[in-house]
Amino acid sequence: MSDNCLLELKSVSKTFSGVKALQHVDLKINAGKIHALAGENGAGKSTLMKIIVGVYQPDAESGEMTFQGQVVSHTSPQQAQELGIGIIYQEFSLIPYMTVYENIFLGREIRKNGFLDKKAMRKKATDLLNHLGMDINPNSKISELSIAQQQFVEIAKAISLKVKVLILDEPTAPLTPVEVKNLFKLMRELRAKGVGMVFISHHLEEIFEVCDEVTCLRDGQSVGYKDVKEIRMDELIRMMVGRDVSQTYPQNHEPIDYSARPLLSVKALQRSRNLPKVSFDLYPGEILGIAGLVGAGRSELVRALTGADKSLLKEVELEGVKVAIRNPKDALDLGIGLLPEDRKTQGLILDFSVEYNVVINTLKESLSKFKTIRRKSLSSRTMKQVRDLGIKTPSERTKVKNLSGGNQQKVVIGRWLSTQCKILIFDEPTRGIDVGAKAEIYELMRGLTRAGMGIIMISSELPEVVGISDRVLVMRNDDIVAALKGDDITPDGIMEYAAGAKGGNNGV
Amino acid sequence: MVSNVAIEKKRVDTEGISHYISSRPEILSFIGFIVLCILMSIISDRFLTMNNLTNIARQVSINAIIASGLTFVILTGGIDLSVGAVMALSGTFLAGALIAGWNPILSIVIGLGVGVVAGFINGFLVSYARMPAFIVTLAMMEIPRGIALLYTGGYPMSGLPKSFEIIGRGSLLGIQTPILIMFVVYILVYLLLNHVPFGRYVYAIGGNEEAVRLSGIKVEKFKMLVYVISGLTASISGVVLTSRLMSGQPNSGVGFELDAIAAVILGGTDIAGGKGHIIGTLVGAMILGVLNNGLNLMGVSPYTQKVLKGAIIILAIYISSSRQKNTN
Repeated sequence: MSDNCLLELKSVSKTFSGVKALQHVDLKINAGKIHALAGENGAGKSTLMKIIVGVYQPDAESGEMTFQGQVVSHTSPQQAQELGIGIIYQEFSLIPYMTVYENIFLGREIRKNGFLDKKAMRKKATDLLNHLGMDINPNSKISELSIAQQQFVEIAKAISLKVKVLILDEPTAPLTPVEVKNLFKLMRELRAKGVGMVFISHHLEEIFEVCDEVTCLRDGQSVGYKDVKEIRMDELIRMMVGRDVSQTYPQNHEPIDYSARPLLSVKALQRSRNLPKVSFDLYPGEILGIAGLVGAGRSELVRALTGADKSLLKEVELEGVKVAIRNPKDALDLGIGLLPEDRKTQGLILDFSVEYNVVINTLKESLSKFKTIRRKSLSSRTMKQVRDLGIKTPSERTKVKNLSGGNQQKVVIGRWLSTQCKILIFDEPTRGIDVGAKAEIYELMRGLTRAGMGIIMISSELPEVVGISDRVLVMRNDDIVAALKGDDITPDGIMEYAAGAKGGNNGV
Repeated sequence: MVSNVAIEKKRVDTEGISHYISSRPEILSFIGFIVLCILMSIISDRFLTMNNLTNIARQVSINAIIASGLTFVILTGGIDLSVGAVMALSGTFLAGALIAGWNPILSIVIGLGVGVVAGFINGFLVSYARMPAFIVTLAMMEIPRGIALLYTGGYPMSGLPKSFEIIGRGSLLGIQTPILIMFVVYILVYLLLNHVPFGRYVYAIGGNEEAVRLSGIKVEKFKMLVYVISGLTASISGVVLTSRLMSGQPNSGVGFELDAIAAVILGGTDIAGGKGHIIGTLVGAMILGVLNNGLNLMGVSPYTQKVLKGAIIILAIYISSSRQKNTN
C-alpha cells in the first residue's frame, strides 16, 4: 500500500435480496489524484459510492474498507463526513432560501455568547470562497445562484468540513461547457491541495480531460484499473460495455426534399410579451436539432409548441392545415408527441408497470364493448413495442423504475409510437443513458424518420447534435439565431451562435 | 431498427412472498384484520355471533361508503376533509324534501345532488384554480355545515315518511339494506378503479401528474372528477344515515372525515397517492369497526378508545412508511 492512499476497498460485495449488485470490487483512492469511475448504468457505480459514504453496508462476509490505513465501518453519511469522506450528489442538499454562508455553516454555526456570530461566519465563508477561487457572494441566497454556483457552494462546504476524499457523482450533467471548464479548474486546484477525488460522468471525454486514474465497473465487478494516460477512449468503452460499440452516428442516406410541403410549420410562436416571436419548419424524414446553451429557451419552446405551457401567440400548420394546440391532449390528437427532458419527473410513472406506461394515453384503444379495459390487448400492444424497440425488461408487468435509463427512455418512445404519431420531439434524449443504449436510440430515431416521421431533437451534447441532425436551429435568449444545414453544422459553428459571437438578436 | 430483443429473466422484481406482500399492502391489512378478529373472539364470546357481526357490518357501512370515494381522492395525491359536512348537508336537504312531501326518489336525487355539487366545487378549486386540496376542503368543511345549520335552524328534522325506513333499517334479499348498498358501491368503485381507463388515470396522476399531462391526458378533468365521486359517496352515506336515524341531522358526520381517512390509510393506500387498493379501504373500515365493537364489548371507555384508535393509525402509517423505505 502506497503512502498517499486515502481510501481503499478490498473485495467488497453487496447483495440486495439475493441479487449481487457488487462482487469483490477493489478501489483505491489516492491523495492528490482524480479517480474516474466508469461503467454503464446499472454497473454498480452508485451502489459503490453509497457504500463508501455509509448509506449501504457491504455484505458481512465480504472484504473491507480502510481509510488512511484504519479499517472503517461507518453507517451514515454523517459518520463518513466526520472521517473526511464527502460526496456531492446531483441533487444538491442546499437550502434554497438561506444564504451561502448559512448553508456552509449549517448545523455547526459559529456562536458568540450563545448567539449566532454572523460576522465571523461571513468572514470565514469569504475566506474559504476566495481560497478556492470562487467568485460567489457569501450573502447571496442559494436560490439566486446558478446551478454551477450552487455546486461550487456544495464543494466549498465539503472542503470546509476538511474532507480528504470527495466524491463527485455526475457533477457535469447540469453544467454548460464553460461551467464544466471552471469545475475542472477547481478540481485541479483541489488535487494540488492533496484532496483525493472520485469522478463519475457519462461523458467519457471528460474523464480523459481531468482524471488521473480510472476504474471500470461492469455488472457489479471491477473489470479494470488503468492510468488514464495509458488507455484510449475506444479501449475504455470496450471495457465498460464488454463489446465494441460503433461511435459513429447513423447517416441519413436519402436527402430531404426541402421544396416539399413541411410536415410541421410553426409560422409564429411567442411565449410571452417580452420574448421574441420565432418560426421554423420541420420536413418529413428530417431530424431537426435544436442547440443552444442551458437557459436559451429550447425546452420552453417545445413545451409551448405542444401546449404543455401556455403561449401568447401560436400559429401552427400541420401538413399545410392550420391547427390549434392548446394543451398536450390536442398535440396527442394531432400526432405530435413530446418526450420530456427529465424522464423520471416528467416522462414516466415510475411505480407503474412497463405496460401501463406504454399504453396510458391509448387505453381507449383497448376497450371492450362495456368500456372496460381488455388486459390482453394492453399486453399485446405493449409487447409489440417491447419487441420493436428492443426494450430489455423481465416482463411487461415489471415496474418501470426497475429498468435502466436507456430502457426507460425506450418505454417513453414506445408510448408515443403506440399513438401512431407523426412528429416526435425529443428533449435531451440521451441524458443519463450509457454508451451502448445511446447508439440504439440514435438508430431508432433514424429508423423512424426513414418511415416518414419528423423528429425535433433538443440536445446539449454537441457531438450528438452535429452527428445526427439534418438541420440545426441554434437558440440564444429565447430566439432562434441560426439555422444551419449540411457542412455548416460543426461544433464550432454552433457554439459561435449559441454563445453570441455571431448572429443578431432579431432571429433569422 | 434494433434487433437484439432480449427478455431478461433475472430481475428482482417478482421474487419472494415478502416482496409480493410489500407490493400489495392491502394483504397486510387483511392479515391484520383477521388477527384482530381472532383476538376479539378470544377476548369476548359475544364477538363471534351472527348478530354482532351483522351489527358491525351495518355500523361500518356509513364510514366504508365515505372512504370508498375518498380513496379516489387520496390516490391522486389529494385529500377531502369536507366529506362529513357534505354528508350532513345531503341528509338535511333530503329530509327537508321528504318532509315537504316530495317524491322519495326525487328527494334522494336532491340529496345526492348536494354531494355532487359540493364535490364539483372542491374539484374545480383544486384542479382548475390550482388551490391546495387541504385548504379548499378544510374551508368546505365549514360551508356545507353552516348551510345545514342555517337550513334546519340547528335542530334535527324529523317526521320522515315511514316508507323511507327501508334504506337505513330495512333489508333486501335477506341482507340489511345499508350493507347491501355498501357492497354495491364497492363493486362499482372496484370496477371504476380497476377496469376502466378513468381508474388507471387516477393511479397515474397520483404516480406522476406531470408525466400524465404531457402524455396528452386531461389531468384537470380527472382530478376534478375524483372530488365529485368523493362528494357523491359522502352523500350516499348521508342518505343511509338519514334513513337510519329517520331524521335530518345538521350535526351528523362530525369527525367522519378522520374515520374515513383512517380507513383508507389502514387499507394500505399511500397518503402521497399513486398506490393502494379499494378493497384495502373496505378492510380498513372493517378494522376500525371491529376495534370499535370489540372495545365496546370489553367495556373500554370511549375516551380510551380514542387514544387507542389514534395509536393504531400511527402504527399503520409507521408500517407503511418503513415498508416504502425497504422497497426503495
